[in-house]
Amino acid sequence: MMLASAPTAIPTPDVVWSALVPQLILMIGGVVMLTIVSVIKGRPIKGMYALYTVVVASAALLSTIPLWHRVLNPAEGPSSLVGAAVGFDGFSLLAIGIICVGVILCALLADGYLQREGIDGPELYVLMLLSAAGGGVMASANDLIVLFIGLEILSISAYVMTSMHARRLSSQEAGMKYFVLGAFASAFLLYGIAMIYGATGSTNLGDIQQFLAENILLKNGLLILGLALMTVGFGFKVAAAPFHQWAPDVYQGAPTPVSAFMASVVKVAGFAGFIRVFTVGFGTYILQWRPAIFALAVLSLLVGSIGAVVQTNVKRMLAYSSVNHAGFILLGLQAGALGTSGAMFYLGAYTFMVIGSFGVASLVGRVGDGRQSLDDYQGLSRSRPALALAMAFFLLAQAGTPLTAGFFAKFGVIKAAAETHNWSLAVIAMLSAVISAFLYLRIVVSMYFGGSAEEPATLSGPPVRVPASASIAIIVALVGTLAMGIVPEPFSKLAREATAQITAQPADTLRSGAPDFGPVAGP
Amino acid sequence: MLGIADAPSDLLRQYLTVGIMAGLGLLLAGVFLGLGYLVRPNRPQGQKYLTYESGVDPVGTGWSQSQVRYYVFALLFVMFDVEAVFIFPWATRLEAYGLFGLIEMAIFVFVLLLGLIYAWRKGVLRWV
Repeated sequence: MMLASAPTAIPTPDVVWSALVPQLILMIGGVVMLTIVSVIKGRPIKGMYALYTVVVASAALLSTIPLWHRVLNPAEGPSSLVGAAVGFDGFSLLAIGIICVGVILCALLADGYLQREGIDGPELYVLMLLSAAGGGVMASANDLIVLFIGLEILSISAYVMTSMHARRLSSQEAGMKYFVLGAFASAFLLYGIAMIYGATGSTNLGDIQQFLAENILLKNGLLILGLALMTVGFGFKVAAAPFHQWAPDVYQGAPTPVSAFMASVVKVAGFAGFIRVFTVGFGTYILQWRPAIFALAVLSLLVGSIGAVVQTNVKRMLAYSSVNHAGFILLGLQAGALGTSGAMFYLGAYTFMVIGSFGVASLVGRVGDGRQSLDDYQGLSRSRPALALAMAFFLLAQAGTPLTAGFFAKFGVIKAAAETHNWSLAVIAMLSAVISAFLYLRIVVSMYFGGSAEEPATLSGPPVRVPASASIAIIVALVGTLAMGIVPEPFSKLAREATAQITAQPADTLRSGAPDFGPVAGP
Repeated sequence: MLGIADAPSDLLRQYLTVGIMAGLGLLLAGVFLGLGYLVRPNRPQGQKYLTYESGVDPVGTGWSQSQVRYYVFALLFVMFDVEAVFIFPWATRLEAYGLFGLIEMAIFVFVLLLGLIYAWRKGVLRWV
């Protein structure tokens, strides 16, 4: 029966290695580091691990530049490679670029943190690089299965990083919570992918797009169910309400540089996947999924801003504010193709703002990483004026003050909501921005005006030490936050050019025919 | 060939089959156990409730702690088990995948090997 029949060759995809260089640099960089540290004996020079990580992430960042010129070049244009499983386009390159910036800044923060806590080692950096590589795969995935693999590489590394501070019980607890809930979310997403496969007969976004454009489904229950399950899965990963319950506990318990990593890199990768799947694969079904995203956005905006107001722990506040920010980014997503550039600009701006905020929080936490209540910030303006000023800038930027990145980020997504005539959503977003401004100002007030007028508060506990690496990270984040606020045009142009190019088409069918979504974000 | 539009009801029908099978199974087991319950004499004795009625008396509760050092071996076992799960189906179709498949699997095994080297150098494999 099945004997003696010569095996027919299974077609294997061409791997265009040159287009995968950024992901490969991150992945190989992580694995090489792991191997070197396990083979070489003896203590390495202090800060060597962080330096290596910064070099690897910078190399990945730089490698996106020639690729960027390749996809913008009309002679080549965006395409999807490796059997149409990987999207090689401006969108994925921009997302990878933001992820690399996040890794660089978080590695710099982690250096001082790990040495202060006496747990210096290569593992956190290895996991950071691998997680970022997974994020890169996820951001460029053009196939739901590849997306899932990228998501798992990203998440599993993040679970371990969360419980990296083995001596702190809260870190262990946070890791466990993140792992269990994250596994749930992954299961939801996978079940959704199975439903989508059942409804459309493919997991490839290009094929799904084509199938939905050519066929009208008389019974679309399976497809809608799949979309709903995928929304739940992605909602968990990007911490959008009502799937945000893990975020405050995990952000609070995780080592602070890891909280910064989760709020920046993991969120960027999650949203990149979210946006690509929904606007590319299911762009024709926008009328079906928009209400769900709309509800998620409203809940995230309100829960994020109101939930943060009652907190007294700064890391929990920042966690709720990240839920609020997720709501803003969903504002861009619900607008479909119109809002993607606004969402990408937001993600870029948010990366700088949130890493800066968590960076300061990591320094103020001091040994043990436990001093995170509002009272612990009292008197920071007197003992560490520069640090307090930087924190004030990051918080005002998150509130959306003009001349900071946060203003144009919020402007872009609210504009997208207004352009799709969702006035109610735009109004709710602006109201939630006002509510969350109160919380950011609470931290600023605590830093500057703590104590009474006669007796200004002084910083309690040991002095706040600022290692050189952390100060570099905070300065870079501050420069990024201000630059995107004062001269937003280059950045919003980058976001526009990138998002005009999300593609699911195989290389041979698409030549420079990218649809022009027009300018959305920026002035 | 069925149209895609029929897929949901088709899917549900398949699940219905599974449901009927599960129901029949439960029913059969219930009927036999129930019959036995009705027919057999009922004389409860303390010894009949032991885990091993005619063996060694169990000591302590079922919720006892086990050695934490077995944990590492469980993890390593999972690692190699997963590796085997991927290698077996690949091996049956090796000729069809050709050189591409060989290189892919070599990369996969190599990366796992690096993990093993790391574990070894960290002293995980030593019995402490």
